[in-house]
Amino acid sequence: MQNTKLEVKNLQISFSHEGNQVNAVRDVSFSLGQEKLAIVGESGSGKSTVGRSLLKLHPKNATVEAEKLLFGDIDLLKASEKTMRDIRGRRISMIMQDPKYSLNPVMKVGDQIAEAYLAHYKVSKKIAQEKALVMLEKVQIRDPKRVYSLYPHEVSGGMGQRVMIAMMLIPEPEIIIADEPTSALDVSVQRQVLNLLDELINESNIGLIFISHDLDLVRNYCDRVLVMYAGRVVESIKASELENAHHPYTQGLLKAPPRIGDIRHRLPTLERDPSWLYN
Amino acid sequence: MNMINIEGLNLSFGSGSNESKILHDVNIQVKAGESFGLVGESGSGKTTVLRCLAGQYHHWSGQLSVNGNSLQHKLDKKRCIDMQMVFQDPYGSLHPRHSIETALAEPLKIHKMDNKDQRISSILKKVGLDDSFRYRSPHQLSGGQRQRVAIARALILEPQILLLDEPTSALDVSVQAEILNLLKELKEKEGLTYLMVTHDLGVVTYLCDRVAVMQNGHIVETISSSNLANHGASEPYTKMLLDCCYHTEARLNDTTSFAN
Repeated sequence: MQNTKLEVKNLQISFSHEGNQVNAVRDVSFSLGQEKLAIVGESGSGKSTVGRSLLKLHPKNATVEAEKLLFGDIDLLKASEKTMRDIRGRRISMIMQDPKYSLNPVMKVGDQIAEAYLAHYKVSKKIAQEKALVMLEKVQIRDPKRVYSLYPHEVSGGMGQRVMIAMMLIPEPEIIIADEPTSALDVSVQRQVLNLLDELINESNIGLIFISHDLDLVRNYCDRVLVMYAGRVVESIKASELENAHHPYTQGLLKAPPRIGDIRHRLPTLERDPSWLYN
Repeated sequence: MNMINIEGLNLSFGSGSNESKILHDVNIQVKAGESFGLVGESGSGKTTVLRCLAGQYHHWSGQLSVNGNSLQHKLDKKRCIDMQMVFQDPYGSLHPRHSIETALAEPLKIHKMDNKDQRISSILKKVGLDDSFRYRSPHQLSGGQRQRVAIARALILEPQILLLDEPTSALDVSVQAEILNLLKELKEKEGLTYLMVTHDLGVVTYLCDRVAVMQNGHIVETISSSNLANHGASEPYTKMLLDCCYHTEARLNDTTSFAN
């Protein structure tokens, strides 16, 4: 893997709540180059927490520690709020799960895209608007002029998600963190959105961190997979070799969903082994 | 005899020039003890069919009958005893400040049923929970446990039919497997009839015997699950859906076939 964009070593995240410490993420290490890295696990396994820590989006009661948390040559742990503001959105951006809740409901979608550009580049509103129109076309929206002046409630889920992608790509970031970008979408739309994201990141050499709970989706889409369980990485494996995953948790996740033409009478459920936490 | 019979169901919202037709001549026949799936993309009208049956919409036209009795436009108690619904989101469908016991007792109270205590115990056991859950609030339960409570609440009136609206799409794959196993078990033990809405073809072929594929308010194809799995679908739309769902073989490089 050439030119590492991001390096994480022994990341620990804990939340304190009324004097109690909850360790959400323990000893997570990975590095990201120009590739598609998936972080997979059940709800509560800490995958989104890892994603958010890269942008320092955690509330005050969170403690983030790491031996290394390097973005290029910037140490994210020591970075000031001002440096972070330059990184967030501009160099590392994040696509959220549900376009219904992540877009501003009282602002035209086109203006929201233009705003993302204006926040990071000193240009006139007019240029930002033109940029936004080009971007809308890039995310395969047929009639960009019309869509520009629609409000979020007037667009479909798939279109909303494409608007979000446009918004995240317009400042030309180096890394995109996509937190379950398609789990609110239909299967047919899901594939369109993923293909689009794939094209765009290949075009502009972006590194992608793809957070998901769907191993089947990830194995066709990403290059590498980190499997998380209870805040730890239990397995790191090439997506193409997922079939041969040896950890029982990964195997359990692979076997759990019913497939078309499934002849199993009962689906296997996960038997969680406490020893997974101590290896 | 058909347990659920839907003939020429039509529904539209708005009037005059703003009228938009949601369902176009929907016909579905479900036999007793059968589980029937409705698949299609968002906005295709699959949930709307369930809502008409459940009595949440009153202005449909056509013929609906359940267990041989034709349904009136107004909801009556008899229909609730025949038929209950389980919703998609277990986080939104339970009252956050009602204990599990209160949630389960409410249908019993409305229908003036006796032996509340016993019924609640036995229904909790049936869905794989125990009596200790009675006094808990929904926020103290996991997503899978909440969905079990939602299923228990639907089953406590001993209906013959369950309407399932994407019962597992808000859950993780591992929890989804548990809930699907439970639904399969309950169906075999209690002889229930299921009408399930989902967009996951894997789930549908696992749980259902027959499937209707919906697009834009029309049923484009009704097909048996085994036929569907063996590439027996004839409609291009069904084939396209199948193509999207074939997780293992799916290759993510063909956008052209279904651009918006």
